[in-house]
Amino acid sequence: MGELRLMKGNEAFAEACIRAGVDAYFGYPITPQSEVLEYLMSQKPYETTGMVVLQAESEVAAINMCYGAGGAGFLPVTSSSSPGISLKMEGVSYIAGAELPLIILNVVRGGPGLGDIQPAQSDYFQATKGGGHGDYRLYVLAPSSVQEMADFVLIAKEMAFKYRNPVMILSDGIIGQMMEKVELFDPIPRRTIQEVEKQAPWATTGKKANRERNIITSLDLDPLKQEQHVYHLRDKYSQMEREDVRFEEISTEDAEYLLVAYGSSARICQKAVDLAREEGIKLGLLRAITLFPFPSKRLAELSNQVKGMLAVEMSLGQMVEDVKLAVNCRVPVEHYGRTGGVIHSPVEVLEALKSKIIK
Amino acid sequence: MDFKDIIKPENLVYRRSSLLTDKPFSYCPGCGHGTIHRLIMEVVEELGIQEITVGIAPVGCSVLAYEFMNMDMQQAAHGRAPALATALKRLMPDKYIFTYQGDGDLAAIGTAETIHACNRGENIIIFFVNNGIYGMTGGQMAPTTLPGMPASTCPFGRDVNIMGNPLKITELVAQLPGVHFATRQSVHTPRNVRRAKKAIQMAFEVQKNKKGTSFVEFVSNCNSGWKLSPVAANEWMEQHMFPFYPLGDIKVDGNLVTK
Repeated sequence: MGELRLMKGNEAFAEACIRAGVDAYFGYPITPQSEVLEYLMSQKPYETTGMVVLQAESEVAAINMCYGAGGAGFLPVTSSSSPGISLKMEGVSYIAGAELPLIILNVVRGGPGLGDIQPAQSDYFQATKGGGHGDYRLYVLAPSSVQEMADFVLIAKEMAFKYRNPVMILSDGIIGQMMEKVELFDPIPRRTIQEVEKQAPWATTGKKANRERNIITSLDLDPLKQEQHVYHLRDKYSQMEREDVRFEEISTEDAEYLLVAYGSSARICQKAVDLAREEGIKLGLLRAITLFPFPSKRLAELSNQVKGMLAVEMSLGQMVEDVKLAVNCRVPVEHYGRTGGVIHSPVEVLEALKSKIIK
Repeated sequence: MDFKDIIKPENLVYRRSSLLTDKPFSYCPGCGHGTIHRLIMEVVEELGIQEITVGIAPVGCSVLAYEFMNMDMQQAAHGRAPALATALKRLMPDKYIFTYQGDGDLAAIGTAETIHACNRGENIIIFFVNNGIYGMTGGQMAPTTLPGMPASTCPFGRDVNIMGNPLKITELVAQLPGVHFATRQSVHTPRNVRRAKKAIQMAFEVQKNKKGTSFVEFVSNCNSGWKLSPVAANEWMEQHMFPFYPLGDIKVDGNLVTK
C-alpha cells in the first residue's frame, strides 16, 4: 500500500508530477489552481529529482517553455484555469502540430471571460473540440476525485509518449480545491539524458555526428505535405478511439434510465442514482473518464437498453452533443446542469431526470 | 598555379561553413540574413560545439533558419523563442542555446518573453536581426521602423504621434542585471562582418562561462521591404538606421558602456 495523505486535488496533482518523474513544470498563478505551483516550490524537486520548476511571466510563456522542453524529449507539465488555458491554446496547437509530449491541467472555473473562481465544466468544447487552431485533438482525462488527480498523471504520462500528443487533465474547482484521502504511488526516477535520447530519437538535444539533425516544427509550406501530416495526426486520434477509451459504469446492469457525466458532476450523479434507486427508479450512470476519445460505442450499446439519457454537466450543455451523436436519436437525450460557478445538487439532478426524461 | 594547387588546404582562404546545409537560402539577394547565418555557423563550427548546441528559429523571414543551419533546431511560435530557450537551457544547462529573431518577433509580439528571459538572466544568446520592417509578410511597419519611414501599414511614413516611437530594445534590455553582454552590429561591409563575428564569439564565451544573457543585435537591410536596390539599401541604412541605432557595444562584462 502506498503512502496515505490528506491533500487538496491541486496538491495531489503536483506531488504526483514529482513522483511520476516529470522533467519540468512551467506555470503562472491563477485561481483556483495556484496550489500546484505553490506546492511544487515548497517541495523543491529541483534539489531531489532535478525537475525544473519555474514561474513564467505569463501563461503564454509557460506553454512555450513546455514546447521547448517537449521538443528536447522531456516531459513538461503546465497547469492553469479557464482564462489561462485560453491563453495557452496557441501553444497547445503548436505542440499538437509538432507532436510533442505534454501534460496540461485545467482546473475549470466559471466563464466566459474572467467569469468567476467557482467550479464549472464549461470548457468541454475547448478541451475536446480544439480550442486552438487547426485539425488536432487532445487526449482528455476527467478526474472525479483527488485520488484520480494523482493517478491520472501516470496515465497522462503514458499517453503523452504513446501518441506524442498533449494530454489534458480536465478537472474543475471542486476537485482542485477539495481535500480527500490519497494513496500516493511510489516515486519513479526521472529519465537520464541518455534515456531521454533513447526514448525520443527525434529530440533536439544537439546534433550527433552519427545522425541527421532533428527539427521540431509545426510548419510545412507545401499543402500536400501538410495534408499528409494532418492525416498522420488523424490516424493517431483514430488509434486513441480504438485503444484508449476509458469510462466507468455504475448500476447500469438493469438501468432503464441513464445519467451521463464526468468529473465532479459524476460524483453528484452517483448520489442521484442512490436517491433514484430508493424511489424504485432503475437509474444508472456512465462516467466518461476520457472525454476525447469519448465512450461513444458504449453509449450506443446502452441506447438499446435504456429509455432515455440525461447528460449532467456544469455548463449550458456541451458534452450532451457528443452523447446525442453517439445515441443517434435512438432514445431521448436531454441536458441538465447549473453553470457560471453554481453546483447542482443530487436532488436537482433527480428532479431534472423526472421532468425531462421520465415525464 | 593550376587547379590542383589552388585547392590545396594551405591555399584555402575561404570555404563555406560545413554547418550550412546545401539548401539555397530563401532570402532576397542582398539581404543580411545569409551573412549572419554564416557567421553564427562559422563560430559554432570553430568552437566545435555542434553536438551540444540547439538553435531556435522565429516566425518571420528566418522562420526556415532550420533548413539552412545543420544542427538540432526548434521552430517557435511568433515571439516565443526566448521561452523555448529558457526551458532548453534549464533542462540542459551544459548545452549552448541560442535564438534567432527578427524585430517584429522579438520587439513587438514577443516583448514580454524577451524582457523576462533577459531579466532572469537566462544563460542563452539572443540574436536579433533589426531591419525596421516586417519582411516576410510584405513590408509592414515594425516596432523598429524609423520615424517618417514608409511601410505598407504606414504608407506616408511612420507618424510617431499616431503610431508611437521606434523601440530601442537593445538599450532597454541592457539595463537589466541579467544581461551580461549587449551589442549592436551590422554585416554590410567586410569590416563590419569581422566585428560582428567577434561579437558572436564573445556571446558564446559568455554562455560558456555561465554569465547570463547575451543580446546581439544586427542592424540589417531589407532591400525588398524598403523598395531599394541592395546597394542603395545599404547606403540608406548607413544614412538613416545607424544614426538612430548606433553600432557598437552597449554592455560588456555586465557593465554599461559609457560613451
